[in-house]
Amino acid sequence: MQRLGDLCSLIRSKNAGPFYLTFDIMFNDQANYDQVKKSNIISKSLVSTLYKLEEGKIQLVFHDAAQAIKISIPRPIFQCEPGDSDCYGGQQYVPLQNILI
Amino acid sequence: VEVRVLAPTGVIGAGFKKESLERGISLKPHVIACDAGSTDSGPYSLGSETPKFSRDACKRDMQLLLAARQRLNVPLIIGSCGTNGRDVGVDWMAELVKEIAKEQKLLFKLALIYSNQSSFFIAEQYREGKINPLEVAPELSEVNILNSNIVGMMGTEPLSAALDKGADVILAGRASDSALYAVVPERMGASKGLVWHAAKTIECGAACCTTPSADGLIAYIRDDHFDIEPLDLELAVSPLSIAAHTLYENANPYLLTEPSGVVDTKAATYKAINDRVVRVTGSKFHETEKYSIKLEGSECIGYETVIIGGIRDPKIFNMLPKLLPKAQDYFKARIADIFAGKLSEDSYSIGYRFYGLGAVMGTLETEKLNEPSEVGVLITVKAPTQEISKKIAALVAHVSSHLPIPGYEGLISSIAYPFSPPEIERGASYRFSLNHVIYPEHPTALFRTELMEIK
Repeated sequence: MQRLGDLCSLIRSKNAGPFYLTFDIMFNDQANYDQVKKSNIISKSLVSTLYKLEEGKIQLVFHDAAQAIKISIPRPIFQCEPGDSDCYGGQQYVPLQNILI
Repeated sequence: VEVRVLAPTGVIGAGFKKESLERGISLKPHVIACDAGSTDSGPYSLGSETPKFSRDACKRDMQLLLAARQRLNVPLIIGSCGTNGRDVGVDWMAELVKEIAKEQKLLFKLALIYSNQSSFFIAEQYREGKINPLEVAPELSEVNILNSNIVGMMGTEPLSAALDKGADVILAGRASDSALYAVVPERMGASKGLVWHAAKTIECGAACCTTPSADGLIAYIRDDHFDIEPLDLELAVSPLSIAAHTLYENANPYLLTEPSGVVDTKAATYKAINDRVVRVTGSKFHETEKYSIKLEGSECIGYETVIIGGIRDPKIFNMLPKLLPKAQDYFKARIADIFAGKLSEDSYSIGYRFYGLGAVMGTLETEKLNEPSEVGVLITVKAPTQEISKKIAALVAHVSSHLPIPGYEGLISSIAYPFSPPEIERGASYRFSLNHVIYPEHPTALFRTELMEIK
């Protein structure tokens, strides 16, 4: 078992506009990307558990040309609304790093 | 067909190397385009009508671009002026451009395209059911609309109409970034799929390079492919860096919605043609049946005063869930007393964030956090005016530092403050009030253009 954070070159979170949070899981190694993709561990169901939202609201794409996995979810609090502690969405990726493949 | 589109940098004010632009000029682009704004920084710029980048930084970039345009005699298209694309942002950039023209003795036809939307007009459209929420959108009411600064995001059509009238320099209000790069190749008859995918790729300048930089790119759009090349010979793009750029700040990397349709990169292929240039083929564009203009709005929701502090005693920070509701009740009673009922309970708020106890991820936190050795405290007081928020904050700072801790007899200072007074005035606070679309009668209907000769 390996941590996802150790298999990829970058995991980041970011706003995709003020209303979505998006996660990019990027690989610089084709074999690692293939291994993670084939493991079927990264799924809407897993994201639903990690980020506490319905599967229907999750977008998940395996982008082969970019050797990357992309996950987008509606922001629980829209950008800069009262209570938003991460206006640029940059620090929301950490639970993904610890996924075991 | 070969259309060359020059993107000098990701945003006006971010800068670029003079040498890179010089190289770009030598490649004889048909158009120079760049955006000058975005909603990325949050609702503040649109709400307060203030630009994010300094006038000096924008002037430096515009001086070089206006001189380059003059030499090439091609259009220079700048969108989302003043960060927010409000009319005042366009006027701010126009004043700056006129000053440069005078200093450099430049001659050109200037088009200003305004994108403000009257809140009365939008409210009227809302009542008629013509303001449609996108899939994820804030709750909207007529009051929200009337309190908001609203802009419409234009597509290529108002830009194209200005070019028809002979505009050399276009300063546009809020515009789709891609439209700025797409308009000239679209007019020259290039394939829309390639045009829009190329536009999407270069809209952040050299951010899509293997080493992302504040610098420029050129796109060569040809019959069945487009090539992307960084202007700086030290920089490179790779198939991976170009493909990965469709991920950046987009919710869906394959389908990107524009006013006139959807850019579809699902079948796109990316190939290196040398160690710093990438060729892209297979991009598609699906025309929409219903042309839509996205509306952006920012609404002031009050004035804030913040208090920063820290707690070292675990007994105190572990007890906060019990202590805070009591403190909030006390504030309510005390504020009602001080303001003699003139301030309703729902017109102000006192929010606590505890750094070290899950403040950064809030409701998204799923990991079990270990007990920290100390906790950072951020208190945010929001009220209808700055004066009231400061008055409440003074009370909150005082009371928060003297919370009654069960088990401790006598008065204790429960929060360490690094500043005196602890309250810091933060000014107006804004929220994005709209993520909606309107279906205009014509793509140019919501925008107003002014043309003038600069000499």
